[in-house]
Amino acid sequence: MSAALLPVPPVDPRDRGGPAQPLLSVTDLRKHFPVYGGLLNRRVATVQAVDDVSFTIAKGETLGVVGESGCGKSTTARLVMHLIRPDAGSIVFDGEEVGSQAGLSVAEMRRQMQMVFQDSYSSLNPRLTMVDSIAYAPRMHGLPARQAVARSEQLLAQVGLNPALFARRYPHELSGGQRQRVNIARALALEPRLVILDEAVSALDKSVEAQVLNLLAELKARLNLTYLFISHDLNVVEYISDRVLVMYLGRVVEAGPVEEIYGRPRHPYTRALLASKPTLDPDRRTTVLPLSGDPPNPINPPSGCRFRTRCRFAQPACAEMLPPLLPPVDAAPGDAQHLVACILPEAQMNAEPRHAA
Amino acid sequence: MSDLANPDALATLVGKATTPRPAAGYWTAVGRRLKRDPVTIIVTLLLLAIVLMAICAPWVTSYDPYAGSVMRRLRPIGTPGHWLGTDETGRDLWTRLAYGGRLSLLAGVAPVMVSLLVGGLLGITAGFMGGLTGTLIMRTMDVFYAFPSILLAIAICGLLGNGLTNSIIALAVVFIPPMVRIAETVTTQARHLDFVEAARASGTTTMQIIRHHVLANVLGPILVYATSLISLSIILSAGLSFLGLGVTPPQAEWGLMLNSLRQSIYVQPYVAALPGVMIFVTSMCFNLMSDGFRSAMDVRLSK
Repeated sequence: MSAALLPVPPVDPRDRGGPAQPLLSVTDLRKHFPVYGGLLNRRVATVQAVDDVSFTIAKGETLGVVGESGCGKSTTARLVMHLIRPDAGSIVFDGEEVGSQAGLSVAEMRRQMQMVFQDSYSSLNPRLTMVDSIAYAPRMHGLPARQAVARSEQLLAQVGLNPALFARRYPHELSGGQRQRVNIARALALEPRLVILDEAVSALDKSVEAQVLNLLAELKARLNLTYLFISHDLNVVEYISDRVLVMYLGRVVEAGPVEEIYGRPRHPYTRALLASKPTLDPDRRTTVLPLSGDPPNPINPPSGCRFRTRCRFAQPACAEMLPPLLPPVDAAPGDAQHLVACILPEAQMNAEPRHAA
Repeated sequence: MSDLANPDALATLVGKATTPRPAAGYWTAVGRRLKRDPVTIIVTLLLLAIVLMAICAPWVTSYDPYAGSVMRRLRPIGTPGHWLGTDETGRDLWTRLAYGGRLSLLAGVAPVMVSLLVGGLLGITAGFMGGLTGTLIMRTMDVFYAFPSILLAIAICGLLGNGLTNSIIALAVVFIPPMVRIAETVTTQARHLDFVEAARASGTTTMQIIRHHVLANVLGPILVYATSLISLSIILSAGLSFLGLGVTPPQAEWGLMLNSLRQSIYVQPYVAALPGVMIFVTSMCFNLMSDGFRSAMDVRLSK
């Protein structure tokens, strides 16, 4: 209904490297949170929230990030946005390094990258009406108030909310789904190229969730957006993603195209995760626990492969080195689409486990 | 949208759509909500009357607040010429109450103002900066919590000597720690909300975030708390004067008047109780008013 409201040029003038250059390229991102304690409040431990995470997102693609709670998904998103300062690693946005002298400043990057948070209520200022919340960032960047308001009304219409009904309302007067639509509109107000959706639909009812997912897909096509989609919901990630990143305890364990990850998972953790996926088909229900116990404490992660303490294939060799992200053992030569961090061929192929000698 | 299931809700929605709410600011909405709260309006008007009475004391009475008469001591309420009676040295009580309001209100409001300014600033700083600065400020404030408030006020007054200024200083020192704590708590809460993070993510500067997102959500609770402190401040400063630590005789101040009329309680109980009634009514009014303002300033409570 409002495709004419925000005409998008076929080629974004901000595009630098062309379609072949990834929009976002993250290399060896790391964040270790210090834990203070004791009598003198000294540093007693370190939480390895995100450890050497690398990935790329192509232009126009949706990268899904899955993993259990506490695996570092949200921290990764905040690191990419520079809401938390990374300890190490580089973030390259469309060919320009973020935060370096020659590259893109954090402020410039934030105009091209926006974020939608999980909690639709707390991410809106309770004292601002919807139209003011959406218009806020453009106004802070110098757009005159009248224009900013007109534009935020257009954005409300774009996310499927009638501006005449919703523009003057406060956050508490909206339902969760409506608020999340407003949050999406707010994220789009600065015309970003990359939108990070951090569990953006996880708090919504299933029916509302589907509507918002469809809205996201529609907006992406219309506005040439690229998504980094973080969720613990495997079904949602499968629906919306082009490629998927599986994280465990702050590290990437497997990455690849969505049909590869869901169709032929190679990492034992990915298989366990997919086996735990809830299904409505009674014939496919399972009562066998794919995985038991909790993930180990990230303050003191296991040496070598972090999954080995819960892995039925684990060998002594797994404890010795961090498994590198490499193409699976049966990959065609030169095919680097699918990557897995596991050193055991039988674990990748889900054969019978060897017994430790 | 569950709203649409209800035809009444639908009607209001459509009504809103045809006559959209004016692009009114936050304070206009607060005013609209206050208008529908009769208790708050009545106590606010009563308070205004008391303040006016104090300010206009020379015009509401023709007597001198200090000129007594041995002949007309302790007259009852309703005496011709002295409609509220006279005190133990024959001074007109209505005159004394009106003039006394000046000092009592000043001694009640000034410490809160000072602590609002100092405590609010310290608390917002502590809440927003966190870390070492926050810890330093908050732990210093905790030291003051070791003393009961009235004892601390008495101790400071005893140290500085009596007098109005010293009692104001003493009460301000007493009120700063709770004010800092309130300001720090609400600021810390506001700072960690996602919308502050979202504003940061959209490139808003720290000063803009403080001004638009933190202050707007913090000032309301702090102001309301300050208003509720006024009633306590009036009572405490009256208490200090009652103990002879605040205002000195023959000045008119409600707490001091209560003290000097205390001996006459068996002779003229109603007259002796009047300064207490004033203290009670004024502090009640401040309390109810702060309650009313709190609900009016909360956008979530009503429309």
